[in-house]
Amino acid sequence: MTPNLHVWLIPLLPLIGAALNGLLGKRFTRQTVAAVALFFSGAAFAMASWVAVQFPSLTTPYEETLAQWIRAGSFRADFAFYLDQLSLVMLLVVTGVGFLIHIYSVGYMAEEGGFYRFFSYLNLFMFFMLTLVLANNYLLMFIGWEGVGLASYLLIGFWFTRDSAASAGKKAFIVNRVGDFGFLIALFLLIKHFGSLNFAQLFPTISPMSPETQGVGLLTSIALLLTLGACGKSAQIPLYVWLPDAMEGPTPVSALIHAATMVTAGVYMIARSHVIFDRAPGALTAVAIIGTLTALFAATIGIAQTDIKKVLAYSTISQLGYMFLGCGVAAYSAGIFHLMTHAFFKGLLFLAAGSVIHAVGGEQDMRKMGGLRTKIPWTFWTMTAATVAIAGIPPFAGFFSKDEILWQAYSSPQGSWIYWLIGVITAFITSFYMFRLWFLTFFGEYRGAVADEHSQAEHAGHGTHMGHNDPRAGTPAPHGHGVIHESPKVMLVPLVILAVLSVIGGWVGYHNIFENFLAPVFRSGVALSAEAAQAVGSTQPRTEAGSTESLLMGISIAAALAGFLLAWLLYHRRPELPKRIALALNGLYEAVLNKYYVDELYATLFVKPLINGSSRLLWQGIDQHVIDATVDNGAEGARHISDTVRHMQSGNIRSYAGWVAAGAAAIIVYMVWIGVR
Amino acid sequence: MVPLSYYLVLSAILFTCGVTGFLIKRNIISIFLSIELMLNGVNLSFVAFAAQWKALSGQVFVFFVMVVAAAEAAVGLAIIIAVFRTRETLNVDRVNLLKL
Amino acid sequence: MIHLILFSVFGIVCVAGAVNLLVQRHPINSALSLVVVMGSLAAEYMLLGAEFVAAIQVIVYAGAVMVLFIFVIMLLNAGEEEQTRGSRVAQLFGIPGMLIGSALVAWVLVERSGTQAVPAGALPGPPKTIGWLLFHDYLLPFEITSVLVLIAIMGAVVLASPPRAVQQSKKES
Repeated sequence: MTPNLHVWLIPLLPLIGAALNGLLGKRFTRQTVAAVALFFSGAAFAMASWVAVQFPSLTTPYEETLAQWIRAGSFRADFAFYLDQLSLVMLLVVTGVGFLIHIYSVGYMAEEGGFYRFFSYLNLFMFFMLTLVLANNYLLMFIGWEGVGLASYLLIGFWFTRDSAASAGKKAFIVNRVGDFGFLIALFLLIKHFGSLNFAQLFPTISPMSPETQGVGLLTSIALLLTLGACGKSAQIPLYVWLPDAMEGPTPVSALIHAATMVTAGVYMIARSHVIFDRAPGALTAVAIIGTLTALFAATIGIAQTDIKKVLAYSTISQLGYMFLGCGVAAYSAGIFHLMTHAFFKGLLFLAAGSVIHAVGGEQDMRKMGGLRTKIPWTFWTMTAATVAIAGIPPFAGFFSKDEILWQAYSSPQGSWIYWLIGVITAFITSFYMFRLWFLTFFGEYRGAVADEHSQAEHAGHGTHMGHNDPRAGTPAPHGHGVIHESPKVMLVPLVILAVLSVIGGWVGYHNIFENFLAPVFRSGVALSAEAAQAVGSTQPRTEAGSTESLLMGISIAAALAGFLLAWLLYHRRPELPKRIALALNGLYEAVLNKYYVDELYATLFVKPLINGSSRLLWQGIDQHVIDATVDNGAEGARHISDTVRHMQSGNIRSYAGWVAAGAAAIIVYMVWIGVR
Repeated sequence: MVPLSYYLVLSAILFTCGVTGFLIKRNIISIFLSIELMLNGVNLSFVAFAAQWKALSGQVFVFFVMVVAAAEAAVGLAIIIAVFRTRETLNVDRVNLLKL
Repeated sequence: MIHLILFSVFGIVCVAGAVNLLVQRHPINSALSLVVVMGSLAAEYMLLGAEFVAAIQVIVYAGAVMVLFIFVIMLLNAGEEEQTRGSRVAQLFGIPGMLIGSALVAWVLVERSGTQAVPAGALPGPPKTIGWLLFHDYLLPFEITSVLVLIAIMGAVVLASPPRAVQQSKKES
């Protein structure tokens, strides 16, 4: 007998927190707001943990219906929740990391305006993300999908009085909409051809279908459209342009939404739809190619960025590319594994970056940092842990997950050595730019001395605190005055916890514990071809090709170390070299620095024609000249007619009498004529 | 013996005179007198038909017409007096404040 | 024969009075012409045997309503009509229209009614019968007209009363 776990409470608790803070928070004290937010997100995490404890005793998938929603003919969609290993992993990641970031935000946003609004939005985001993860049908998932987009918009544009922040919020939402369009069409196709969006009904219906190896059939179309949606949410080519701009938001937002959870929704969705993707090899290839290209592309942009948050943003895009690659070679559990470890170390990286920014009084340009190692030790050590993790150096978390993906990219039936090679190159570049960041920020001389006052004005667009009334802001020369300060404990504790997770989080990959845990999810519904059955969830390839795997593992470790060495050389040993290299590769450097001018390209291709078309054709042409003209001319016509007719109202009683007599005569004539006929 | 049609023609002539006076007279009271003339013409029709069809209802109707005419004359003259107070004239062409 | 002669005489008097009403310029002359018309109409009613109606005509119509008219004419002391520019509509549409209309009506009435003769005084029209009709078959209209008269009285009193400001100033002074 399956116990009732009341899973519906998990999304609902943050919603209550959001409502309380949103509606009443203006009158609460900061402590109350923080308490409410922390309580509800903490309660969600506690609930998720309790569910995890109960999990072994459940029969999966565990479904629970909260309320009836749509019954339209034979189509049903309910407010119902679906719990299996995959959603359990996502649940723990979202609530755990989310809760830690809530704690961190209490310290980070302590002096900001709109405190209650921030936590209300943060809780709202948790609600939508949990709905997305726990939904048992695509429609409810889509609600969560859209909702996290909304929360993202609200939080990116949190300091909405700043033009760049408001624009960034709009950009994020609109670009996401393009992806959502694909998602919606995929949903329509699913409804039309399979009559249902419930996982429990849809996947068993699709399972018996054979993979579409020739051309683009129904399943491939659906899968490609779902991929488009995922590209929007998970910032892959071509819809990644919103993520760097999203750094306008507060750093905890970047950590939670744009590193740990929301951007991973696309990966989750692909993993959840693995039944469809397994039977659409063309789509899987597309996913893998997109992921690989994006990983490389974003990594190259990351090496030239000077804003610490932008480096991390491109790093996120690149790592998401890895997850896409993992899913694209049908190694879904590897992708989810990397999702989990990425949430730990990328979340930590962002939070630590926030701590650094907080320490230097709002400066985000790495060229103006340096030598902070001794001044903010806790931040330094936690960020070091995260950097080593992302570079993929064992035994830290990133190594296990990244290596798993690279191995699957090489050995999976859908994989190829090209994916692996590009993945290794990207790993090298990743290690390079992450250690570049590390060296620039924490080593060498502090370069922010005199520029501190100017930096506030110059870098107004870099997400500096709004309303930062801190007297430190105007203080010059923090050398030795103790002005660079470590963050308060409330910000450091989450950093430490995430650092520990970044170290040990990958150890669940040992002996494929994690993979086997997720195996039931991905085994069900997999096409029954011998190779596919071998590749997913079994330990056979591991022991058979053990030596190849060890070789590849060694190569990826070497790539990571090489990146570290290059960064050490260029940014620690010989700091004058980067400038000379940049001058030598002038054109290329400029292109990379300007993100390959992709934003400008989009502006010319899409944005400007759209705006022009809208204003000329739709606004002036149709709205003004047709609709307004119709109404105005109608009114003009009425006025004209009444102007003419009003002369009948002369005020002259005798003319009225005349009209009456004439009218009476007319009626009499008519009646006589009727009578005589 | 007078044919009915003679009475009716007489009635029509009276009615016509009334309408004509209504249209060409400029004094308000003259217009009212024309209206009374019209009512009288109609009364003659009623009584003529009543006599022809031996139905007394016609005369009863004449009774009602007279009552209504009396009431209307009373109120109408009161209005004329009120108008005369403000406009100082009985010329209907001068009472044209209602024009646009 | 006598009937026809009497009818013609009173008919001509009627029409003459009506035309005189139109022609006269001073309203008092028009009012007196109207009295003449009413008188001759009373005679016509008698010829048709409607004694009660004839009596009512003289007493109420000629005797009360016309006297009211004459009182008002004298009160307002309206002089002869001025020759003001009338309404073109009235002349252009009204008179021809009305002429056509009444000609049509007359023609229809003549056509339909035939040339049956109306016997003189052949109606059983004593006042008693009319009273009976009034209070039985036509009771509702009777009562309603009594209310109507009441309303007319109130309206006339209100409309014709002097303006209150004048009254108040008269009181104060």
